[in-house]
Parts: sequence; C-alpha cells; structure tokens
Amino acid sequence: MIAGNLAAALVPMASSGGGFTPPGPADFDLPPIVGGITKPMVMIVLSAVLIFAVTYAMSRKAELVPGRLQYAGEWAYGGVRNGIAREIIGTEHYLRFVPYLFTLFAFVLVNNYFGLIPLIQFPTFSHSGYAYGLAALSWLLYNGVGIGKHGFLGYLKHTCVPAGVHGPVLLLIAPLEFLSNILVRPVTLALRLFANMFAGHLLLILFALGGEYLLLEAFSPINAVGGVLAWVMFFGVSLLELLVMFLQAYVFTLLTAMYVSGAVADEH
Amino acid sequence: MRESIQAAEELNPLIPHVSEIILGAAVFLVLLLAIRKFVVPNFERAFAERTKAIEGGISAAETKQAEADARLAELEKQLGDARHEAARIREEAREQGARIIAEMREQAQAEATRIVDHGKAQIEAERQQAVTSLRAEVGTLATSLAGRIVGESLEDEARQRRVVDRFLTDLEAGTPGRN
Repeated sequence: MIAGNLAAALVPMASSGGGFTPPGPADFDLPPIVGGITKPMVMIVLSAVLIFAVTYAMSRKAELVPGRLQYAGEWAYGGVRNGIAREIIGTEHYLRFVPYLFTLFAFVLVNNYFGLIPLIQFPTFSHSGYAYGLAALSWLLYNGVGIGKHGFLGYLKHTCVPAGVHGPVLLLIAPLEFLSNILVRPVTLALRLFANMFAGHLLLILFALGGEYLLLEAFSPINAVGGVLAWVMFFGVSLLELLVMFLQAYVFTLLTAMYVSGAVADEH
Repeated sequence: MRESIQAAEELNPLIPHVSEIILGAAVFLVLLLAIRKFVVPNFERAFAERTKAIEGGISAAETKQAEADARLAELEKQLGDARHEAARIREEAREQGARIIAEMREQAQAEATRIVDHGKAQIEAERQQAVTSLRAEVGTLATSLAGRIVGESLEDEARQRRVVDRFLTDLEAGTPGRN
C-alpha cells in the first residue's frame, strides 16, 4: 500500500483512478488454471515434452553427415559435452555426467526462455520451488558421487580438509569448508537462478504496466513521454533478459559440473 | 491480482510450494531418464561413427599413399632398368654394326683380291695357250717358210733377205706380245 501511494505521489498529474499499483510478489502468484494445477506446473511439463521431442528429433537419425536439425542438436549437445563436462570434469570421468548436465542445461534454458516467449511469458524458475528442486538434485548428485568414490568419511575429509592444511588451524577451516561446500552451495545455486528470474520478470512487469498506466490511465504530455520511455526500457530489459536467461542456464550447469569435478577429484 | 495486494504482502517468494519442488524435480528426473535413454546414445553414436570414419579415412589414405609411393618407386626402377637396357642394346648394336662393316670390308677386299688374282691367272693361262699355239705354228710357219725359200730362186741374195724380213715382219704381226 505504501509503495502504491509512493508511486501515485511520483505521478502527480494522475487525474483519476486509484493511482498506480506497482507489481510485487503477488503478480507471481498465478491462480490455478484448473483444480490445483497452476501455469508454472503446465509449463514445466511442457518444457520437458518440448525438450525431449526436439532433442529426440535431432538425434534420431544419428547420421555420419548431419542434416541441419542434427547439426544444431550436435552443436548444443557437443557444447555441453565438450565445453562444460569435458573441460571441467576431465576426460576420465566426464562422459557419465553428460546426460545430467545436458538435460539440466536444456531444462533451465527452456524454462527461462518461457519468460520471453509471447503468450507464455513467465519464467518457471521465478517460482523458487522449482529452483530448489533442481539445486537439491545437483546437491544429491555431487555428494552422492563423492561418497561413492571416497566413502562417507573419506568424502567428508575430502570436502572439509583442504590439502596441505594441518594442525589446530583445521578446527577453524574444516567447519568453514563444510559450511561452504555442503550447506551453502545448493542454496546459492537455487537462489541465483530464482532471484535472477524473479527480478527480471518483475522489471518487465514494472515497465510494461507502468508504461501502460502512464499512457492510458494517467495521460498527459509529460506522462506520455514517460510511458514511451518505460516501454523502450521494457524492450531494452527484454534484450538484457535474453542474455541473463542463457547465462543462468549456463552458470547453473557449469557450477554443477564444478561441484561434481571437485567430488570426483583425487586430490584438491 | 493486484487487487489482492493484502495477500501479496503476506507472500514471501522465497518460501516455496512443496508441490513445486517435488514436481520440478520429478519432471526433471523423467526428462533426464528419457534423454539418457533415447537421445544421448544417438548423439554419442554419431560422434563415435564420425571419429571412426575420419580415422578410417585417414588410415585408408595413408595406405593408398604408401601403395602409390611403392608403385612409383617400382616404376622408376623399371624405367631406369629400361634406360640402362636401351643404352646397352644401343652400344651392342653399334659394336655389331662396326664389326659387320669391318667384316664386309674384309670380305670385299678378299673378293676383289680374288677377282684380280683370277683375272691375272686367266690372262696368264691365255698367254700360255697363245705361246703354246704359237710354238706349234712356228714349226708349220718355218716349214712353209723353208718351202718358200726353197721354191724361190736363190740367185738373188737380196731377194732372199727380203723374203726373210717379210716373214719376220709377218711373224711379228701374227704373234704379238713376245717379250
């Protein structure tokens, strides 16, 4: 309410209406479509179906000389496989993590781009639950891999005791390492993705609705300029989001690969 | 939505719906299994086949190159041999030609000598024959001369001398070449 009044105060020439209500978290709380099913639920299932259909169509023929579709698929798959998995995990272990990393990248990327696709226009990961779910899976993966390789206690030591650190200083270092590697990692992983998508979408709503309000509901020459500027900003932020959405998918995949790489490493 | 601003202030976007955590993870896992089973093996197969094809192509090209090199070396060796052989044959032919010419010359020489000798022998034989026949005639001529002389009057010694001279002249004319 306070924010709403503030916005109304910033637009003194508003002639009528209850003033401008800025968008907030409530705009992300979409009503269910049918029963308990919400839009993000439909979108996340749709993304999985889309990804599988497209990647399957791309890979189905697996020809020696690829067609356009297969070439595009190989470009994306090879990018994750060689550019992320092999680069970071190393040639020895990387191949068994490629399916996970490729699926992760495609899944995050498509769900992020849902935020800009007309008519869908909602990034799935602006609902924090989906980001928490993915981060939990990555957490399970890298810890599971580490425990599988070093044993439970071996992995704890591997994670919490940096190589070359001895003596009483460990009392300080080990809890910090545990905190940062085991507890904080999944939280930052999830929050980075969620917060970027949430904030980006909020910005887009703000510029879209603000421009609309200034141009249509509180029309005056100055407000018209402001409204047009807001819509220009909407366009600019959309372009920025195009980049951010890709980067978030890339970073999520890259960090998961790095955590896995740390877990399977023989030494620090 | 924006009418429900009271509710919005109670919303904390950081607090998730548990259903969304579960749904997100489950959908992701299903997608992961599907991609792992149906998509990744295809891509990997294409990669592997391509690597194999390229490596196979390279090794095939290397084999072909080696074959070609060997063949070239062989052909060059054959060519060298052929040149050598040709030179040898030419040399031999030259020698043979020279020998044949020498032989022919010798033969011609011998033939010429033989012809000359033959000619000489024939001439000698004819001369001998002529001498022989002359000898045989000389008697007859002498007899006939004697008869004539006897038949002639012997009063004139000068005349007698003329007769003898004439005879000798005749004789010389009839039997030339006596050295």
